Amino acid sequence: MNATFTLDGRPVAFSEGQTILQAAVAAGAYIPHLCFHPDFKPHGSCKVCTVKVGGRHAASCTTRATAGAVVESDTPELNAERRALVQMLFVEGNHFCPSCEKSGDCKLQATAYDLGMSTPHFDHFYPDRPVDASHPDMLLDFNRCILCSLCVRASRDVDGKNVFALAGRGIRTRLIANSRTGRLVDTSFSHQDKAAHVCPVGVILHKRRGFETPFGSRVFDRKPISARADSTAEIAAVEADGS
Amino acid sequence: MTYGLETAEHPEKLRRVAIDPVSRVEGHGKVTILLDDEGKVRQVRLHVVEFRGFERFIQGRPYWEVPVMVQRLCGICPVSHHLAASKAMDAIVGAHRLTPAAEKIRRLMHYGQMLQSHALHFFHLCSPDLLFGFASDVARRNIVGVAAAHPETARRGVLLRRFGQEVIRLTAGKRIHGTGSIPGGVNKALSAEERAALLADIYDMVAWSRDAVALAKELHGKDPALYNSFGVFRSGFMSLVAPDGAMDFYDGRLRARDDAGDILFDQVDYRDYRTYIREEVKPWSYMKFPFLAQLGAEKGWYKVGPLARVQNCDHIPTPLADAERREFVDYAGGAPIHAPLAYHWARMIEMLHAAETIKDLLHDDDIVGDDLVCTGERAREGVGVIEAPRGTLIHHYRVDDDDLVTMCNLIVSTTHNNQAMNEAIRHVAKRYLSGHELTEGLLNHIEVAIRAFDPCLSCATHALGKMALEVTLVDAGGAEVDRLARHGDGRVSRDRP
Repeated sequence: MNATFTLDGRPVAFSEGQTILQAAVAAGAYIPHLCFHPDFKPHGSCKVCTVKVGGRHAASCTTRATAGAVVESDTPELNAERRALVQMLFVEGNHFCPSCEKSGDCKLQATAYDLGMSTPHFDHFYPDRPVDASHPDMLLDFNRCILCSLCVRASRDVDGKNVFALAGRGIRTRLIANSRTGRLVDTSFSHQDKAAHVCPVGVILHKRRGFETPFGSRVFDRKPISARADSTAEIAAVEADGS
Repeated sequence: MTYGLETAEHPEKLRRVAIDPVSRVEGHGKVTILLDDEGKVRQVRLHVVEFRGFERFIQGRPYWEVPVMVQRLCGICPVSHHLAASKAMDAIVGAHRLTPAAEKIRRLMHYGQMLQSHALHFFHLCSPDLLFGFASDVARRNIVGVAAAHPETARRGVLLRRFGQEVIRLTAGKRIHGTGSIPGGVNKALSAEERAALLADIYDMVAWSRDAVALAKELHGKDPALYNSFGVFRSGFMSLVAPDGAMDFYDGRLRARDDAGDILFDQVDYRDYRTYIREEVKPWSYMKFPFLAQLGAEKGWYKVGPLARVQNCDHIPTPLADAERREFVDYAGGAPIHAPLAYHWARMIEMLHAAETIKDLLHDDDIVGDDLVCTGERAREGVGVIEAPRGTLIHHYRVDDDDLVTMCNLIVSTTHNNQAMNEAIRHVAKRYLSGHELTEGLLNHIEVAIRAFDPCLSCATHALGKMALEVTLVDAGGAEVDRLARHGDGRVSRDRP
């Protein structure tokens, strides 16, 4: 672990095989990200973690760290691009933070705040995405899905169930429950699954709970997202509490 | 019983005057007035022209989201919707009796709401009319003018409201649109520090509320001819009362009286509200017209809110406010008071009661308790009723086995007063408008009548004198003959085509 690269001018040590984002998280340095989770193989889909390596754009979650690399992350140019990506995520779904129980514990919302997003900027798509409330313990609100695939990876790689999948292509890509009826109740999903605790937004919800944490005590009330290298563990702790 | 000015026989032959918009929050409203060739008023209507749709788009949403989502109906008294929906959801989760801590925290939140809303309405929105006169200099007729002429009154108004908002913040999490109340209870109690901070100020609030009652009473006493007759409309009253007949803003059973003050029904379980209240729809307004089924659509109009509550209850369970209630009731020798301007006096009595109740709750150790939520046997239907600052608020939901809302019916406070407000402006238009040239002061007379009811419509209209208003006079052929505009900066201009 002697090799280092520089992130915004500061040296970051890394081990052989680590990506830039993995090394940054291990070193306690924040690079904005949504589809990355330290427990799973990188997916590289949201592009919010895009940095410049030697002057060229690269997704830091899938780019291997190399000794002596010069990585730029917290720059006005990159943050403006990240803000645009997050704005597109907001308008592609139906994100009504005021009545969402993940408000305050949501990585998308926290990232948007951190990037200074004050409006959606783009026209809303207002997609029609009915919720799936068929499961006795869990609710799927597809309106808030950002296609990070963390639930797909968790169910497949940890739970060994393949409950979730991304169907369709391009702009029509959507999250589905992987059953013949398409309903969650007809899968083997359990509220104790890893996949029930990895959603960074408000799609996979534990039923009959919501707004249990008062303002001031939610994950991102305590510290902004940029004050931690990765907030996944804290969000998971909130999800696990009481489930 | 009505002034007979709802629908003219030949509206096509009449000149039309429109006040549009009356407001810019919580449902845009407008007033239309039809005049004949002699300038006599033939038809007056308060229309609510915006469709909100909450009852529809809450369908298909999980029930635990409802108390937080539906409070977005209103930016002025969201706590009322937050709590009415929570009470309905208590029934869904089988929490028929909340823990003492939860019930008292909710009461504290609600009485804080009552205090801040009543203070806002009286001091910020209405005191300029009442202190300076309805047609006084428009440049001064606002809270800034009140602050200049009556600095201590304005200061206390601001601080009373701030205190109420602080109570809300400490119980709901935010001053506006908090999340404190959840199905089956609350998500936080007060800390010892928060309790001490509120206790440090509450005695001033009680004292200042007493002075506010005195001010409202004094204004009424200075010009009883105006205050007793302006926009008057006889109708029944309805509100919740406690099992012993006491005033209760948070919970109770329904009681209604007719226009003579005789009880029509009492101690009615509010889950049966549909048996007692029907709703009529009129093609010219999105606001429904509820009426008491017992009296029928023609005679069943009723009023809600402070004027109804203060006269409907048998007593107020705090001593200072109850003494004021007795004086109020004695003022008319025991006969019901129907004058819209008496709402202000009644509202200040309620503010005093709210302050006294907050004081009592702050001395109750349950508000720092930690047993906050309970549940019981799941149900598919829930009704929550609360006395909001503006009157009785009804939330009714059905929830399916998958936990999603399948039906929502809301009867909000302002809706109950729909006919009363319409009749009040008919009376005012007939008395002050007929045969007169339009002036800004005249427009304000109509608004003073609407504003007395404290509808959600009024809340933003008067803010710092920035309400934009336009009155257009159109002849029978549709040609515009006169236009008067009040601009956002308070300037009034006439623009004759």
